[in-house]
Amino acid sequence: MNNFKVLMNGIVKENPTFVLLLGMCPTLGTTSSAINGMGMGLATMFVLICSNVVISLIKNLVPDMVRIPIFVVVIASFVTLLQMLMQAYVPALYATLGLFIPLIVVNCILLGRAEAFAAKNNPLSSFFDGLGMGLGFTIALTLLGGVREFLGTGKIFNLAVMPEEYGMLIFVLAPGAFIVLGYLIAIVNRLKKA
Amino acid sequence: MKKLESSLKNMALALTGFSVVAGALLGWVNDVTAEPIAQANAKTLSDAIAVVVPGFDNNPAEAPEVIEVNGASYKIYKATKGGKFVGAAVESSSNGFGGALTVLVGFDPEGNIIDYSLLSHAETPGLGSKAADWFKKGAKGDITGKNPGEQPLVVSKDGGQIDAITASTITTRAFLLAVNNAYAAYKNQNVDSTTGATQQAAPADSTQVETNN
Amino acid sequence: MANKFIVSLSPHVHSGDSVQKNMYGVIIALIPALLVSFYMFGLGAVIVTLTSVIACLFFEWAITKFILKREHSTIMDGSAALTGLLLAFNLPSNLPLWIIVIGALVAIGIGKMTFGGLGCNPFNPALVGRIFLLISFPVQMTSWPVVGQLTSYTDAETAATPLALMKMAVHGDTAALSQLPDTMTLFLGNNPGCIGEVSALALLIGLAYMLWKKIISWHIPVSILVTVFVFSGLMHLANPEAYASPFVHLFTGGLMLGAIFMATDYVTSPMTHKGMVIYGIAIGFLTVVIRQFGAYPEGMSFAIFIMNAFTPLINTYCKPKRFGEVVKK
Repeated sequence: MNNFKVLMNGIVKENPTFVLLLGMCPTLGTTSSAINGMGMGLATMFVLICSNVVISLIKNLVPDMVRIPIFVVVIASFVTLLQMLMQAYVPALYATLGLFIPLIVVNCILLGRAEAFAAKNNPLSSFFDGLGMGLGFTIALTLLGGVREFLGTGKIFNLAVMPEEYGMLIFVLAPGAFIVLGYLIAIVNRLKKA
Repeated sequence: MKKLESSLKNMALALTGFSVVAGALLGWVNDVTAEPIAQANAKTLSDAIAVVVPGFDNNPAEAPEVIEVNGASYKIYKATKGGKFVGAAVESSSNGFGGALTVLVGFDPEGNIIDYSLLSHAETPGLGSKAADWFKKGAKGDITGKNPGEQPLVVSKDGGQIDAITASTITTRAFLLAVNNAYAAYKNQNVDSTTGATQQAAPADSTQVETNN
Repeated sequence: MANKFIVSLSPHVHSGDSVQKNMYGVIIALIPALLVSFYMFGLGAVIVTLTSVIACLFFEWAITKFILKREHSTIMDGSAALTGLLLAFNLPSNLPLWIIVIGALVAIGIGKMTFGGLGCNPFNPALVGRIFLLISFPVQMTSWPVVGQLTSYTDAETAATPLALMKMAVHGDTAALSQLPDTMTLFLGNNPGCIGEVSALALLIGLAYMLWKKIISWHIPVSILVTVFVFSGLMHLANPEAYASPFVHLFTGGLMLGAIFMATDYVTSPMTHKGMVIYGIAIGFLTVVIRQFGAYPEGMSFAIFIMNAFTPLINTYCKPKRFGEVVKK
């Protein structure tokens, strides 16, 4: 399969957030601002690429009946690695996302891609699949975070575009995440039909 | 290479092998990052202290003094510059509208408030949560430069001089109580450690520490 | 083809009830409370009510026409006007216009039209609007004007509501409960609050009218009020200093308004009488819990909202008996 197609598949056709609806916990939990959404997206992308490549490399060493535990070990190792690295070198981002980093382990996107793609394809395609899915996830989370940050505080990436008193606080809080996600999915579906 | 069959031997070997490799990798990374993580954690705390008590050259975060007044404990981080006492950051908490509210208050040696930082709270978003900035320098409820020893901080609604956060009087009261208590704890400590005097001032001061039920 | 012979499916016998008739019936029942609010809050109440109703009608019309592209406009069935009126009743009389318009857009747009219009919405639209505003603009939504400032609008003086005083008491301020107005004042409505919720008397008159006209049944309002009374009464007996008396609970905040007009919304409440009682008891219980222990002073709207979500479940387990079923021995 064409690697470019694999890449675009993750970003548009099978966007993990807007189309597959995978990984909702970090999607809703971390997107209170554009920068947080982007950080979470990039962190997930890092783990996704690493785990996809490694799983694709080891796929022949893994007996079918125990593939799931082994995939989980691989994914969990990368997540723990990422957590320790972030804690050590970017403590500010870790302070905001810290709670959600361990949750990347249970993000269905990772195991889903491991099963559906990496276990059947070569490492290079798996790398592009991880990159595409990761970018799709990052774009979706950044968009969601951006809309919430703008409606909630009148800022985008911490730049004020609207006086703060017009910000609707609900969008920064949990209910706003559901509302914005719902409408973004509706809009994406509408655009795909057109 | 052909895919390994799911025989008992293969499965056991694969699981053990991957676990060992993953474990070794994690152990190594843990070893490498342990030092930076500890530093980063210490830096977070000392940064918070540096905000409320600027201009020290020791490491106040490493040895806080914990004192107990009326059952509540207060952590005092003392800051010195060239061996001279320049102030202290006091961690104090009280019961706000939604639960415990913890604040780090910086005092200079005379007991004037330099700055504060809201460490944790469970106040209503948009109302009580404004306490994080409301009492800062130049804001509406400015408490910097005030000395709770001369006059305890009280909400204007209760006849004091501090403007309450809009529609959040309970949070404001809780916050000011935490600051006043922090001051009382600091004063006890201050008398003890700098002049070595006996606790003459202590009884009078400790009455200021109210417990919030 | 002047006389078309129309053959339709059953039912053929019709009671004459219609959406319009019921909606306007509820609006009539709201009139006493509306008059009290004009008397108590003057100009502010008039501005808030008019803005809310007009904005709701406008959004209903605009969304059906331009987004859903439906041929029939539903703005005359009274449901949008009722939503607007109920939304206004849940707002303080000094709320700026733009916030009211946002509330109306959320109530009609998100609360109702997103789900497909009247009859398809899982949550009471007016409540969606109110809760959205309460969480989004907590400062403006919890600064209540003192009654009797007839000519002021956004510049009105504000004061703490009885509910805020009750919350202070729970948090250890022993003097707070003694500042509460006496029960009679609360009953008549002479206290700060949302424009439609202050007078328990006017709302009870509305309840009597709706019961007389058989617009609603007694099950939901009565089960809510009784539960709140009993539960808050038990707490009051346990510690009178921290927990206000059950009468205060009954006559303050949005309890009456919620129990009589918001919780009884046809679309979002259970269908059988047994279901209604379960629904009412749960709302009453949640209201007191949120009032005493929650982060927001008023729990009524959240309680109804939570139980709206449970309504389909209640309907599943409290199905009406089918006719012709064999009686189990």
